[in-house]
Amino acid sequence: MSKPILEIKDLRTHFFTDRGEIPAVDGIDLYIQPGEVLGVVGESGCGKSVTSLSVLKLIPQPPGKIVSGSIVFKGKDIVPLKESEMRKIRGNSISMVFQEPMSSLNPLFTVGHQIGETIRLHRGKSHKEARIHTLDMLRKVGIASPDAILNEYPHRLSGGMRQRVMIAMSIACSPELLIADEPTTALDVTIQAQILDLIRRLNEEQGMAVMLITHDLGVVAEMCHRVAVMYAGKVVEEGSVHDIFKNPLHPYTQGLIQSVPRMSETRERLYSIPGNVPVLSMSLRGCRFAARCEHVMPRCLEAIPHLSQQEEGHSCRCWLYESTQEDAV
Amino acid sequence: MSSYVLKRLLILIPVLLGMTLIVFSIIHAIPGDPAETILGQKATEQSKEALRLQLGLNKPWLQQYATYLGDLFRGDLGNSIRTKASIATEILPYLAATLELTVTSMLFATFVGVNAGIISAWRQNFWSDYTLMIIALMGVSMPIFWLGLMEQWIFSIKLHWLPSIGRMDQRDPVESITNMYIIDAMLSGRWDQVWTVMKHLILPSIALGTIPMAVIARMTRSSMLEVMKLDFVRTAKAKGLSMFFVVYKHALKNASIPVLTVIGLQTGALLGGAVLTETIFAWPGVGRYIYEAISSRDYPVIQSGILIIAFIFVVINLIVDLLYAFIDPRIQYK
Repeated sequence: MSKPILEIKDLRTHFFTDRGEIPAVDGIDLYIQPGEVLGVVGESGCGKSVTSLSVLKLIPQPPGKIVSGSIVFKGKDIVPLKESEMRKIRGNSISMVFQEPMSSLNPLFTVGHQIGETIRLHRGKSHKEARIHTLDMLRKVGIASPDAILNEYPHRLSGGMRQRVMIAMSIACSPELLIADEPTTALDVTIQAQILDLIRRLNEEQGMAVMLITHDLGVVAEMCHRVAVMYAGKVVEEGSVHDIFKNPLHPYTQGLIQSVPRMSETRERLYSIPGNVPVLSMSLRGCRFAARCEHVMPRCLEAIPHLSQQEEGHSCRCWLYESTQEDAV
Repeated sequence: MSSYVLKRLLILIPVLLGMTLIVFSIIHAIPGDPAETILGQKATEQSKEALRLQLGLNKPWLQQYATYLGDLFRGDLGNSIRTKASIATEILPYLAATLELTVTSMLFATFVGVNAGIISAWRQNFWSDYTLMIIALMGVSMPIFWLGLMEQWIFSIKLHWLPSIGRMDQRDPVESITNMYIIDAMLSGRWDQVWTVMKHLILPSIALGTIPMAVIARMTRSSMLEVMKLDFVRTAKAKGLSMFFVVYKHALKNASIPVLTVIGLQTGALLGGAVLTETIFAWPGVGRYIYEAISSRDYPVIQSGILIIAFIFVVINLIVDLLYAFIDPRIQYK
C-alpha cells in the first residue's frame, strides 16, 4: 500500500452557535490513496460537506472552527497552515466541484474569464496563454465548441454545461485531489451519467484522486473504489465498494442499501430507515444511530463504539461486532 | 447591447413629453393673472391685454403647450421676469457650479461610502462594522448646516487650513470658460489655480457628500452581506483567490446594482441644488438660483428650474439603466 495522498485523523469541526456548540464533524478518520476514488456517503446533515470544506479550510469562521485533529496532505498537516499558504493549495493541488452549477459560477464574468483566472493565479500565465490553456480544458471536459463557450456568461449555458465548466475550472491546474461535493445532484439523470463518466475518465487518465461526496448509493457503486459511510458527524463504516455492498456490517449501512428501490421487488411501500438524523449537540451520549437502530442494546445508549477493523480493509463502528466490555471514549 | 440602448432611448421620448406636460400644467394651474404678475398691479387693462396677446395667453391651452414645446426644442426657456435675461443663458453658469460641486461630493461619497460598506460587511459584527455603521448613522442624521458651520469653524477659522467660502481666490479670478473652475483653470494652464479651486471644493463637498456617503455605505454593506453568502463566493475562495479579490472583484460586482441605484438617486438630488450648502459656503449654484426665483415669484425661472432638474433625473436614470446592463449581462435579455 502506497502512502495516502490525504489522511484525515480525528478531525473535529464544530460550529459555535446560539444553541451551543455543534459537533458537525466529530472525530473523523479518512484516507485517500493516490489515484483512488473515495465515496463519502450519508444522509443530509451528516457532516459530509463540512468534512470536504474542512479539507480546504473553507469553513465559515465564525461560527465554524476546526477544533482538533490533523489533515495531512502529501505528508504535510494543513490544519496549522496560514491563509496565504492555504491559497496556494486551493484550486491548485486540491480543488473542488460544488453541488449547484447554477449558483457556483459567478453570473457576471464570462466562462473563459473564470477558468482563466485560476490558471493565471496559480500558473502565473498571461491572459493569452491562459486563454489557450482554457480552451484545452474545455475540450478536455467534452465541450464541443470551446471557442463559442469561452465568451459566454453562465446563464446562457445549460446545467450540464455549467457543471462541465466547473470541472474544467477545478482541473485547470491538474490537482492531485478533486473534491466533488454532490456534483450531479442538481442535474438531469442523463446528464448525471455524462458528468460521472467525465470525472471517472479524469481519474483514470490523470491519476487524480477523487473524494466523491454523495447520498446516492448508485453513484457510489458505479464510481468508487472505497466507501466511507458517515452518520451524524462520524464515520460508521468504511471499506471497499465490494465489502460495503456485499457485506454491510453497520445497521445504518444495511438500512441505506435496503432503501434503494429495486425493480425485482413488488413491495407496496419503499423501505426507509425510521426516524431522523439526531440534532447534534455536545451532550449526545452513546451511539448516534441508537434511536433508529433495530438491533439497539442497552450498551448502545451508554457509550460510543470504536471504529474497529472487522476484516482486511473493512471497519465498522458498532457494538454488535465488539466483544470486549471496555467503554469507548 | 446596441438594441437595448436604442430601446432605452426610445422610452425616453414619452417620459420627456409627460414631464413637460406636467410642468406646464402645474404653472397653468397656479391662480393669478400672469400679465398682472409681470406688469404689476398698477398696470392698465390695455397694457395687460397687449401683453397677453404678445405672450399668446389668449390662445387655446393645447396651442400654448405646442408653442412651449417648440420653444423648448429650440433651447428657449423664456426670459426671467426679474432680470429680463434669457433663462437658458442665465442658468448655465449656476448649473456648471452645481455640477462641479456635485461631482466632487459624489466622488467623495462613493469612494468613502463603498469602502466603508465593504469593510463593514467583510467582518460583520466586528468592532470595525459597528464603528463604521455608527459613523454612517451619524452621517445621515447630522443637520447639513451644522456640519458645514462646524467644518468652517474648525478647518478655516481655527486651523486656517482651508478657505471657508466661495469658489476661488477673488484677488486672482479664474478665467471663466465652462464655469467649472477646475476645468477652466486647467484649460488656461494655471495649475496653481487648480490647487486653489480644489481647496475651495473640499469643505462644501464633504458637507454635501456626507449624507450620500452614509446612505451608500449602508446600502453597500447590506448588499455585500447578501452576496457574500452566495455559492460563487465560495467557489472564488476555493480557487485560491485572496480575500481582496474575492471581495472587491467577485462579490462587489454582484453587489453593485443596488449601490449604483442609490448613487444615481443621490446624484440627481444633489444636481437639483443644495440650498443649505450653497448658502453656507456662498456657492453660486442652481439651488440658490431657484430659491431666489421662488422668493421673487419669477415663474418662468421656477418652471425652467423644475424642468431642468426633472430632465437631469431622467438622464441620470438612463445612465444608471445602461450601467446595469453593462455590469449584468442578464438584464438585457429579460
